[in-house]
Amino acid sequence: MTTTLERPPATDAASSASVSARRARTARRARPPRPAVVVALVFVAFLVALVALPGVFAAYDPYATDIGSSLRAPSAEHWFGTDRLGRDIWSRIVFGARFSVLIGLAAAAISVVVGTVVGIAAGLSGAFLIGRSGRVLDEGLTRSMDVISAFPAILLAMLVVTFTGPGVWNIALAIGIAGIPLYARVVRAQTFVVTRADYVAHAAVYGRSRWAVLREHVLPNALVAVPVLAAIDIGTSILAVSGLSFLGLGPQAPVPEWGVMLAESRDVLRVAWWAGVFPGLFITGSVIAFTTIGRWLQTRDDGSRS
Amino acid sequence: MNAAAPLVEVEDLTVAFAAGSGRKAPSVPVLRGVSFSVRAGETLAIVGESGSGKSVTARTLLGLTGPRSTVTAARLEIAGEDATAFGERDWRRVRGGRIGMVLQDALVSLDPLRTIGNEIGEVLVTHRVVPAGRTRERAIELLESVGMPGADRRVDQYPHQLSGGLRQRALIASAIAAGPDLIIADEPTTALDVTVQAQVLDTLAARVAEGAGLLLISHDLSVVSGIADRVIVMRDGVVVEAGATAEVLTNPRDAYTRRLLSAVPSASSRGYRLGDASGSAEPRERTALPPRAVQRERIVLQADGLSKSFAIGRGHSTVAVSDVSFELAAGETLGVIGESGSGKSTLASLVLGFLEPDEGVVEVLGAPWAPLAERARRPRRGHVQLISQDPLSSFDPRWTVDRVIAESTLRLELTAAEARERAVRLLDRVGLDESVLARHPRSLSGGQRQRVAIARALAPEPEILVCDEPTSALDVSVQAQVLDLLADIQAERGLSLVFVSHDLGVIHHVADRVIVLKDARVVETGDADDVLLRPQHDYTRALVAALPQEVRA
Repeated sequence: MTTTLERPPATDAASSASVSARRARTARRARPPRPAVVVALVFVAFLVALVALPGVFAAYDPYATDIGSSLRAPSAEHWFGTDRLGRDIWSRIVFGARFSVLIGLAAAAISVVVGTVVGIAAGLSGAFLIGRSGRVLDEGLTRSMDVISAFPAILLAMLVVTFTGPGVWNIALAIGIAGIPLYARVVRAQTFVVTRADYVAHAAVYGRSRWAVLREHVLPNALVAVPVLAAIDIGTSILAVSGLSFLGLGPQAPVPEWGVMLAESRDVLRVAWWAGVFPGLFITGSVIAFTTIGRWLQTRDDGSRS
Repeated sequence: MNAAAPLVEVEDLTVAFAAGSGRKAPSVPVLRGVSFSVRAGETLAIVGESGSGKSVTARTLLGLTGPRSTVTAARLEIAGEDATAFGERDWRRVRGGRIGMVLQDALVSLDPLRTIGNEIGEVLVTHRVVPAGRTRERAIELLESVGMPGADRRVDQYPHQLSGGLRQRALIASAIAAGPDLIIADEPTTALDVTVQAQVLDTLAARVAEGAGLLLISHDLSVVSGIADRVIVMRDGVVVEAGATAEVLTNPRDAYTRRLLSAVPSASSRGYRLGDASGSAEPRERTALPPRAVQRERIVLQADGLSKSFAIGRGHSTVAVSDVSFELAAGETLGVIGESGSGKSTLASLVLGFLEPDEGVVEVLGAPWAPLAERARRPRRGHVQLISQDPLSSFDPRWTVDRVIAESTLRLELTAAEARERAVRLLDRVGLDESVLARHPRSLSGGQRQRVAIARALAPEPEILVCDEPTSALDVSVQAQVLDLLADIQAERGLSLVFVSHDLGVIHHVADRVIVLKDARVVETGDADDVLLRPQHDYTRALVAALPQEVRA
């Protein structure tokens, strides 16, 4: 019964050749990441280790003052030197990672979760799944996102902190809120596209329920960009956390948060550069590392979908 | 004609592209030993399928092959000048000045932020055709010369305000603005409806009558047949056949040309295979398709008085389908013809239950189908399946072929082993290997993707297949194979087909009966031969008349 069909001649050979070339390129891009990416991954792994087990890396109590050894330059004893109160800067950076990195992560998590939910709700309400009254919901959500993004992120965060008062979780909340519109917009647009995609129409032909279509086609395809955005956003959040702490809106003085350390170093920077430079390097390094990883994920993603 | 000096003269042209990145990347030849010439007042057509090198040939004449290419030729002369020594400045003089280029998709080729008057004006200013104060005036003249109605008004419009045919004419006007001796048209009518296609071809032919040379690039032999003086057929970067149009089309010497010609669906190919395995066979000696039994008395799909309109803006609505009725018998193929905007896609959506009709009913196998709550329709969804134009976009981009095919049978609650067994059997039926299951559809060729789409549609064992332009994105030889495959499967399983297409040749090849849609209404219906050979309605007559000669024969 099977009639073997002749393989399509010229065209198929040509296009499958170009396809296999593309696959090879994608595979190459996916396998060995650039050296910068490797460095970034190692740095992030190191940060995670600092957050998880600060005691392993720090030789001193980050809060222990020792006026006798105030403002010592970096040495074998104090790798990154000491600050005005004689506290070991390396140990403070190690314990500070808990604050800077975790608050940054928490802020990014708030943005991702709320932004994604808002984006899906707005995207679906405009589409066939909820119906005509959905347009009102979509408009409402989209406009409120416009309102949030009308304020510069740092200004908005300062506004939130003035209402809630300074503090570790308030600052995460403040930065998190400022980041919501980014995710909401991307996810909404993507949801829009996916709900109108041919493969969603085809799923209906196979008698699949709306819920199954939503779960298996719409959500996974609408959310593909979120991990990439989030990776880049974590870096930005860490920077924002340090910025607000520097201004005194985050964790308060003795806490070894990196932004707080920068603020404390201001008065002594002339005589003790290490008090400001090392926390600054860690902030910069974290931002660059997360951004690099995000961009790498992005190119990998594009490569596999083009 | 032969007395005129050639506008372009190409001899032994070879173009290679660097494969991969880096300085030492090997170069892959995409054109090998191509020779041709075009004279004033003459049309030369280059015909080939995707990947044949026809577009690269055109780009070479404009110096647009890009920095990664190597162009070598024994002779490459443009208006008597040796183009192998051309620098960028020389090429700029040639582009638009000596050679005008018309591309396939006018919506992409025209700047959306500029009026068409400014678009044409740019060419006029660049090549200093008329003084700056007269550009608008000249642009209007040019638009009139390409048959643009209301040119003095249209000149201030943006591309998106024009229909496809008018856009293509605006593009032709800008291509000829500087009075080039040679016009290169790369697939100028591919995205257009037949009646519009005929108008655009007439516009181009008028330029040739005025003494310009035309190099027409097309995958479509029928477009070429009406307008070209000479044809060259390309395959894999090599010219396989060259000669006078009538000679090549009626008496092809090369096996590939013969196969290409016999692959074109038309009235005369009805009931016969298109993709003949034996390329050496005479084009008229065809293999018959397996006979198919139409059970007239068993109606599987019935549409009665269907109407659907859509709201556009406040209080306004547009009627997409108005009072359409038809029936489809078991084993029968119903062709639906219409140009863009005629309502054929809406009709397909109504039959598939994507849209609920405003008025009228659809019955499938004698039971109500639409209007009906989706929940009630769902258990019977397997009876009606869809094959759409672009298979790739009908597959979830994250899924491999096995999951794609399995989705259509999820309601049957097969075990994993049963589902796989069914998928393998169907893949085998459509001529694909089991190894395809683990691949991503995007790594397959266009023809293979459409085969996967057919396998998926067959998996729930439907009675009715809705084919919405299933081959219009495919090359003619791949289209031939897909149409043959559909015909075999239809005969085997007694399937009924609703076959939607803008291509009259395809419809005449596949359909038993035809309905012709225009502006949401059925203007003519009947047996395919009656409607397409002896059309009664003016519109159908215009459609058939717009077909290039060769296909009608």
